[in-house]
Amino acid sequence: MKKIIIGVVALGLIGAAAFFLRRHSDDETILGVPTPTLGLTHATPTPSSASATYKDGAYTGETVETDRGYGPVQIKAVISGGKITDIIFLQMPNLPGHTTEVTAFSQPLLKEEAITAQNASIDTVSGATQTTEAFEKSLASALALAK
Amino acid sequence: MRQTKLLMGMPITIEIVDDTVSEKDIKSIFTFFQEIDNRFSTYKKNSEISKFNRGEISEKKLSKDMKKIFALSEKTKKETNGFFNIQKSDRTVDPSGLVKGWAIWKASVLVGKKGFQNFYINAGGDVQVVGLNKEKNPWKIGIKNPFNENEVIKVVGLINKGIATSGTYIRGQHVYDPHNPNSILQEIVSMTVIGKNVYEADRFATAALAMQRNGIYFLERQKGLEGYMIDKKGIATYTLGFEKYVSSS
Repeated sequence: MKKIIIGVVALGLIGAAAFFLRRHSDDETILGVPTPTLGLTHATPTPSSASATYKDGAYTGETVETDRGYGPVQIKAVISGGKITDIIFLQMPNLPGHTTEVTAFSQPLLKEEAITAQNASIDTVSGATQTTEAFEKSLASALALAK
Repeated sequence: MRQTKLLMGMPITIEIVDDTVSEKDIKSIFTFFQEIDNRFSTYKKNSEISKFNRGEISEKKLSKDMKKIFALSEKTKKETNGFFNIQKSDRTVDPSGLVKGWAIWKASVLVGKKGFQNFYINAGGDVQVVGLNKEKNPWKIGIKNPFNENEVIKVVGLINKGIATSGTYIRGQHVYDPHNPNSILQEIVSMTVIGKNVYEADRFATAALAMQRNGIYFLERQKGLEGYMIDKKGIATYTLGFEKYVSSS
């Protein structure tokens, strides 16, 4: 169960991190983490005891390599009142901006458009996911220290 | 009946609309994903892949599934001019870029064998749809906005197809260019591929994203694949055949 809780928390945190990073892309400062929100609506494992009691303090997790060689993830979890109140990224994959030259192909003329939000009802969503495991692992090891 | 579970580090959703579906049917599919994870997860110390990477299992002694995945990886590497490559710089192998799509496809075959004809399986944003949705229409799949997690920027209607998206958002990068392992890919932030099944869609989405802007032209040249690419400025480029899937409403 704990693993599920951690998973759920980690997912939420990643969402929060993404939100933060978009707004502060060149600034890797401390994250203010809002309540984790999951885009899942059905039969999502819910943490049965959100009050899992951790000792107050700040705990640093192990450095965990991401699965595609983008460098390590390491987080610090801040526990206050027995709950995670903050996650600080000590290390995370870099996002510098330089692009890659790849083999040029002969290119047909394809259509372009500016993306716009759609309101139509949908059954499910396709989108990129990141492996949450590196994140979970670092968080899990931080929380183990908080026991 | 629709259920979601967090497995393999991602949410997996199964929805079966045929009325004979039972909880047990869906549970058995989740069990299947769990078994795949136990075998292929590079995060699990005792997984077959981890043992192989530590040299504890020889190539000959690998399971049938693992051999299959290695063969498929080799095939994909050739088909994508080396842009899809499971070999990492430290000489270990990580086939996870292929395993997900393959596992969803295998799971869909299992659901089909149970006699169900109308369902989808979505694992971490890669989806196999079979038959029709509850309203007896093609399954409506939204493509996530790479700049806004909670927004959809395109809706496609699919029957018996796979759709997969590779992207660079959320945190860090998802895919790297194996020809330039230290380069960071940023120009293209999202690459969605529709294929005859999710296995095809997933492996080509991964490779096309690694090709960056050329990825969409690569997809254009592949038979049976359509693509929708979004760059960092929010401009989408799509293959000529993509439009036929776009829902107008």
